[in-house]
Amino acid sequence: MAKIPVQFRLNGSDRAAFVDAPETLLNTLRRGLGDFAPKYGCGQGACGVCTVLIDGEPHLSCLTLSVACEGKRIETASGMADGPDLHPLQAQFMEHFAAQCGFCTPGMLTVARALLDRNPNPTRDEVIEAISGNICRCTGYEPIVAAILAAAGSPGMRRSEGGRHA
Amino acid sequence: MARHEGRGMASVNYPIGMNLGGDPSQALIHSNPDGKFTVALSAIDLGQGMKQVSRQIAAETLGVPIEDVHVDTADSDTGPHDMGSFASRGTHRMGNAIIVAAREARGVLLEAAAEELEVDAGDLVTDGRGNIHVRGAPSRAITVKATAQAAQFKQGKTIAGRGIFLIPLSAVDAETGEMNPNTAFAHACLVADVAVDDETGEVEVLRMTSAYELGRVINPRMVEQQLVGGAWMGMSHALYETPEPYYPNPEHGPRDFNEYLMPGPGEIAPYHVTVLERPAPDGPYGGKGPGEMCANPVLPAIANAVYNAVGVRVDELPITPEKILRGLQANGGVKPGPRRGGPVNWR
Repeated sequence: MAKIPVQFRLNGSDRAAFVDAPETLLNTLRRGLGDFAPKYGCGQGACGVCTVLIDGEPHLSCLTLSVACEGKRIETASGMADGPDLHPLQAQFMEHFAAQCGFCTPGMLTVARALLDRNPNPTRDEVIEAISGNICRCTGYEPIVAAILAAAGSPGMRRSEGGRHA
Repeated sequence: MARHEGRGMASVNYPIGMNLGGDPSQALIHSNPDGKFTVALSAIDLGQGMKQVSRQIAAETLGVPIEDVHVDTADSDTGPHDMGSFASRGTHRMGNAIIVAAREARGVLLEAAAEELEVDAGDLVTDGRGNIHVRGAPSRAITVKATAQAAQFKQGKTIAGRGIFLIPLSAVDAETGEMNPNTAFAHACLVADVAVDDETGEVEVLRMTSAYELGRVINPRMVEQQLVGGAWMGMSHALYETPEPYYPNPEHGPRDFNEYLMPGPGEIAPYHVTVLERPAPDGPYGGKGPGEMCANPVLPAIANAVYNAVGVRVDELPITPEKILRGLQANGGVKPGPRRGGPVNWR
């Protein structure tokens, strides 16, 4: 099968890859471009751990074809820190011990980032709704909810590059 | 057509690790020429925090900064033998093995330092900040780094230690049959408040309140988080999870995350934990292990709360709406028990 060239912006850098037509964005990110923040969990859109932002909106990269991402802005948890400075969500996840095994963390950070981009002051119910497509099997969710609410109140909260109101 | 509130409680006496003797864990510690230490273990950390606790125990015993200790659990082919990460045994078993290994390594470290300082090793102390000095004379000092380098490149010494924790086989007294099958016991009590809908059979966990006695709590924040996450798992076992809903008929069993039901972030109940510390004589710095008992008391407490709320005794997990409705039918309706203890006002 002929490879198809795809170009998109990944965490602020222009990247290109040759992909097969049925290749998923998750596969391209992990195997082609070496971004291991999005994880391969269920592979069928049920666990949320592969979530990335495409033009500021959360998408399941295990169900997204790479060829559909031509010219898009893609952001993963790898691009959240600004050099040594953690994104407020990352800092609050640490502060609230919102990870145990850490496997769900990149997906949780990504959906939380999309939430705070469109709604900087969410209610607890809005936070719960935002993470309801993401499975965590260690923390019992409470520390994750607490971390997101704390980040929403933090002064250093920035908007992501592709955010709706950016 | 109403919601009935009920309260249940459960207590746990929880033995750490496997019983009857054995259950070994080994640890190997060596210094590197930069004065930092590597702890090799074959048990792995699945997110419970064992690596962090191992690091704290090693640093404390060696007398060096925690930043200077690296815990390597990478490879059970090349690492020392361990039974594994299960049975809540990590902190207790591996921690004890690490203390033995770290004491031996510290002994060699102080001997090497003594040789450099031309003093008796017995007069040396560590300051926990990377220095070794003569007791009462902080100026007669050498850094751990310089000591490690002198041992490696000048003295030809290996700063290393071996540790194992092994429980002697518990013999049975021929006369009385008495034996001591266990090592450390941890303890907990948990109260669950639930609301049961007598029309749908649904159970909502309103709140949980618990007290855990875990020996010395080596890392309080990690223990607290493990208890919070574990209580959610207990709630999940009690009310949601089953791989075989119509056992022994395997049909309709879950096949993936979509079908294997566990509570989501919308179902979490407020949970208040009090941790009590009663250091265990045989624990590493008095530690035991929260592990599995984070979830254990939640199941019977919820089952008891359901019984208290509507009089239905469900003795098979999970406690599904179907089982509750069948129970109500068999009992001829709701038969609530007495409500004890009044409201829980902790928030």
